[in-house]
Amino acid sequence: MSRVCIVFDRLRTEEKMLQKEAAGLGYECIMCDAKTAQIDTEKKAGDDFGDVALERCVSYFRGLHFTMCLEFLDVPVINEFAVASVCGDKMFMTARLKKSGIPTPKTYFTFSGQAAAENAKKVGYPLVIKPVIGSWGRGVMPIRDDDAMDGILEIRGVTDGPHDRIYYLQEMIKRPPRDIRVITVGDQPVAAMYRKSAGFKTNLALDGQPELCKITGEMGELAARASQAVGGGILGVDMMEDESRGLLVHEVNNTVEFKGIAKVAEQNIPKKMIEFAMNLARK
Amino acid sequence: MNCPECDAGLDIPADATTGEIIACPDCGADFEIAKKDGSNVELKQAESVGEDWGE
Repeated sequence: MSRVCIVFDRLRTEEKMLQKEAAGLGYECIMCDAKTAQIDTEKKAGDDFGDVALERCVSYFRGLHFTMCLEFLDVPVINEFAVASVCGDKMFMTARLKKSGIPTPKTYFTFSGQAAAENAKKVGYPLVIKPVIGSWGRGVMPIRDDDAMDGILEIRGVTDGPHDRIYYLQEMIKRPPRDIRVITVGDQPVAAMYRKSAGFKTNLALDGQPELCKITGEMGELAARASQAVGGGILGVDMMEDESRGLLVHEVNNTVEFKGIAKVAEQNIPKKMIEFAMNLARK
Repeated sequence: MNCPECDAGLDIPADATTGEIIACPDCGADFEIAKKDGSNVELKQAESVGEDWGE
């Protein structure tokens, strides 16, 4: 019998849902806490990671490095290292989306505070600044004028994170007070929700309100193309409805959270994910 | 079981498993279930939210 391994570092509802569906489908499910795992490069061995693994760590870098270890051990992993590394960095992801012809907001990259300030003056406000690494809307800020830009640059100037000298500025999209999250499994859209918020950020982690969204033909096709552009797997494709250009993809998430949407979705999302994983299991 | 931080009573569901996070209703501290064998539960301090946490 094929075995699926769910790698986590904080056991959440999603991981328990996946475990339950794996058991329901008759597969042995190994729950692996990444914080306790050990891998030996000499023996090319580690803990038992089954025949296929779903990497579900909440810490991006832990998950990314764990994914590399699984691939080193020849365990098929979802998502692949190449996918996780692109999706985990907004600059990498935006560049990939643009190069693949996916409609995405206008975005500007600079590598010093001075260049970022000059760039902002040149392209004009309002803009949004985003840290290239990070999630749940953390550090995403609207910039409406030079004063706000100066304040943000001053803060960035005194912090010393490895990505603090990399500046990612994006146009502010004129949209309804919501965005759209489409969950894709193997390049197929399986569910979508609106994330509504009266404020600037729509992240559910920041109290954005979820509402079921019917997947239109355009939405489904765009989600599939975005998934293919980053390398496929199990993903959360985020879109905004621009007043003049229609749907724009602004983000593709690598370890998508789905507990909210799973309660109202027509399809059994965790079951789809397990079925997809088992199709990739080593024989 | 009581909170290791403030001694308030912790409600640990019977179906909770290793790796799950238990939050103290009084002080708000987060603990991770390190071991669970029936009603015997061992807790450890949960990791604080990291800058790279998310989706």
